[in-house]
Amino acid sequence: MLQGWVIVAVSFAYLGLLFAVAHYVDRRAESGRPVIASPYIYSLSLAVYATAWTFYGSVGRAAADGVGFLPIYVGPTLMIALWWLVMRKILRISKSNRITSLADFVASRYGKSALLGGVVAIIAVVGIVPYISLQLKAISNSFAILVQYPQIVMPAKLGAAPPLQDTALWVALILALFTIAFGTRHLDAAEHHPGMVAAIAFESLVKLLAFVAVGVFVTWGIYDGFGDVFARAAAVAEIAPLLTPLEGVAGGYASWVWLTILSMLAIIFLPRQFQVTVIENVDENHLKKAIWLFPAYMLAINVFVLPIAFGGRLHFPGGGVDADTFVLTLPMAEQQELLALLVFIGGLSAATGMVIVETIALSTMVCNDLLMPVLLRLKGLRLAEKPDLTGLLLGIRRGVIVLVLLLGYLYFRLAGEAYALVSIGLISFAAVAQFAPAVLGGIYWRGATRRGALAGLLAGFAVWLYTLLLPALARSGWLPLSFLEDGPFGIALLRPLALFGLAGLDQITHAMIWSMIANVGLYLGVSLAGTQSAAERRQASVFVDVFRHEAGGARFWRGTASARELYFVLARFIGAAAAETAIADYARSRGLVWPSEDLLADAEFVHFVETQLAGAIGSSSARIMVASAVKEEALTPDEVGAILDEASQVVVYSHRLEQKSRELEAATAELRAANERLKELDRLKDDFISTVTHELRTPLTSIRAFSEILLADPNVELEERVRFLGIITRETERLTRLINQVLDMAKISSGRADWQMTQVDLREVVADTVARMSQVFKERGVLLVEHLPEGGVPPVQADVDRLIQVLLNLLSNALKFSPEGTGRVEVSLRLLPGELRVDVRDNGPGVRRHDLPFVFDKFWQAGDTLVAKPPGTGLGLHISRQIVEHCGGRMWVESEEGAGACFSFTLPVAGEYAAA
Amino acid sequence: MKPGGRTARLVALATLGCVLFNYPILALFNRPATFFGVPVLYAWIFGAWTVLIVLMAHVVERDD
Repeated sequence: MLQGWVIVAVSFAYLGLLFAVAHYVDRRAESGRPVIASPYIYSLSLAVYATAWTFYGSVGRAAADGVGFLPIYVGPTLMIALWWLVMRKILRISKSNRITSLADFVASRYGKSALLGGVVAIIAVVGIVPYISLQLKAISNSFAILVQYPQIVMPAKLGAAPPLQDTALWVALILALFTIAFGTRHLDAAEHHPGMVAAIAFESLVKLLAFVAVGVFVTWGIYDGFGDVFARAAAVAEIAPLLTPLEGVAGGYASWVWLTILSMLAIIFLPRQFQVTVIENVDENHLKKAIWLFPAYMLAINVFVLPIAFGGRLHFPGGGVDADTFVLTLPMAEQQELLALLVFIGGLSAATGMVIVETIALSTMVCNDLLMPVLLRLKGLRLAEKPDLTGLLLGIRRGVIVLVLLLGYLYFRLAGEAYALVSIGLISFAAVAQFAPAVLGGIYWRGATRRGALAGLLAGFAVWLYTLLLPALARSGWLPLSFLEDGPFGIALLRPLALFGLAGLDQITHAMIWSMIANVGLYLGVSLAGTQSAAERRQASVFVDVFRHEAGGARFWRGTASARELYFVLARFIGAAAAETAIADYARSRGLVWPSEDLLADAEFVHFVETQLAGAIGSSSARIMVASAVKEEALTPDEVGAILDEASQVVVYSHRLEQKSRELEAATAELRAANERLKELDRLKDDFISTVTHELRTPLTSIRAFSEILLADPNVELEERVRFLGIITRETERLTRLINQVLDMAKISSGRADWQMTQVDLREVVADTVARMSQVFKERGVLLVEHLPEGGVPPVQADVDRLIQVLLNLLSNALKFSPEGTGRVEVSLRLLPGELRVDVRDNGPGVRRHDLPFVFDKFWQAGDTLVAKPPGTGLGLHISRQIVEHCGGRMWVESEEGAGACFSFTLPVAGEYAAA
Repeated sequence: MKPGGRTARLVALATLGCVLFNYPILALFNRPATFFGVPVLYAWIFGAWTVLIVLMAHVVERDD
């Protein structure tokens, strides 16, 4: 009954059933009564992880090394226990950012980098191609074996068919059409495919049922329970080592551990797993069921692997039958036609499920993150101005699906025959594991940079190419085998299977060690060495702190765009009807009506449109489109950064301003003080001028008066005339003296005086001056006494003429105030430590106490100047003090009223004598 | 359940699993003996696996 046409008919009937399930669910979803929102369907859809590799390959692997297939399922179980921690975060991030694929996730995390998204898409496609080829191989081989019924002939023995008669090609094409029908009938803004998910869940049930049926048949139908199978296996010398396989047989513990790690990563990073787990997830809480239900599924589908494997080896001794086919060949050998057909359908469902989800995920990735960013940037295409792009998007996706499947077929023709199913699958696992550092690091480490992620991904991928993909091609004869055995150009250190001499490991472990060292190393190193752009910093915060700022948040926004324009942008990518619905929902949620003028294209609305758009064409492209629609008035992240910078600068400026204003206040106070001082000086100057003019007028008045008398009356007595002329002469002298002193003072004050500084013997100066004045004192009847030290005194540095002027001034002052007859003036010179002191003491009336502070002021004169005019200008003491101070000394007065006054000054001993 | 309790318990279970399915625990069972006719290595792996899944189910489902 198992003729070819029957098998084909049943296969198509099965695919038709699948399609019906999907169609029904899609219809229900469109009519608003979705059936997809069930944690059980979600959990079952995750079982797309179990592919033809699981269905046929696990047994093959178990038959070869016993436990080697188990890490592929134990690893995911361990990882799923961590899902509440890791996957919930990824889910939350993806929902709030409208992530459409793994590539979109990575691109979005690192500043919406189109380059990074493209790289991820390429790695995913290249990495997954072997995996797709595995499915094609499984379907075509199982078909080839089944049609030979009742004989059991391995397909390899049939020889390669020409392409057009090759089942695998037809399988590839049919699957491509089927996938296109499933996944790309229309564009959904959220990339949800409820029909597909339901179909996948259904397939998961079918493959589990088929596999368990075979398992039960082999275990209890052919043999007598588990114990019987294992006991018989133990009795055969070739199979017995597989019962304690961990030493030697399965590559040891290193291999076990690395396979576990690899599978832990694969369960997250396989594009199809990311698609069903993250993108198709409609409720975060579905994770709860999935956390135990999915591992339970994996456990269930593995329970019978060992009995079938050992049963197969017992049943087909000698290796004539490929262990990968035991699941199918055991029922065939036992003439169980229906069971064999069920197995074929089970394998078909495992393979189709994988191919459908995987190619949809890849097509989304390639379209949104590789092609669209490039096409949108090509100004020549003027794509950004086209009214409706949904057709283009769907066309690209369909093309990518066909392309990926044809690539899978190509790989199958090139390299597929050289490897067992599991080995092909593991190559793909190792490829997608390269995403782990960028994604896991990206959601927990804020400091990860775009360059770091790019460097890590490229390096890891390069090592993968070199240590896994090239050897696969070499083994299939497409590269010389010497490339593997001797290394490229005969360099043994570069042998792809023992890079840098690391030998003794299985191929996958070897590749994982080197690629992870390169990947993680560069990811960390480049991130730590570099800096983040504003966009990266923002996205890092959005991803890492997703649980903290829940809303997703409207962003900085500047400029104007009308809601209609944004609607048109949206409509071009997701279709007018969908755009209309989405915006209407948005408007309703804010209590507005669409279309209306009330709906403002504010930050929130633009953000809404961008996320809607991101759902259809990925975050990088969405940003480009929204930016174009609003005439690039949207703040770029750099501008946001600039705003933040500005804000912080404003703070700095304000600090500086406060400081400046404090400084200004201080300066103002200083200025005010200076102004006061200037006003005071001005007043002093006025006083000075009035005083000087007053002083000048007094002698002038008398000179004029007496001159007028002499002029008016020529008969003035000679005696009188002489007296008058004497007065005139004296007053003129006084005038001259006054003017000289004023000039002198002005010179000294302004520092323009001409100083003849020499070393002066003060004793000599005092003695000379006293001698010069002694006659005058004698005439006035005043006793002048000098006390000079015995012997010489050290010289002082001074202008000798001015010093004499000082002494003359002091002496004439003393003389002036000393009473005639009883007056006594003492001049003394004393040597003090480092200075010489001169005292001029008189026994006159002294200086009144309240006058003491003013004695040295300009024009100060003793007595009441209004009543009696004392001789002198009032400048003498002032000038004297200035001279002494200029020579480095001090001058002061001590006086008791009625007990005479003592004017003293000191001068420092000239430098070189000071010490003596 | 106290906040974060579910996450902490699941992480603990994952850690437990990493220990159970690893050297040296695994090496203890890598010997030619049987448990109800099943080689002890396979009995251990499937047994521990089952227990782990049951514990995970218990942790995620218990509070609701």
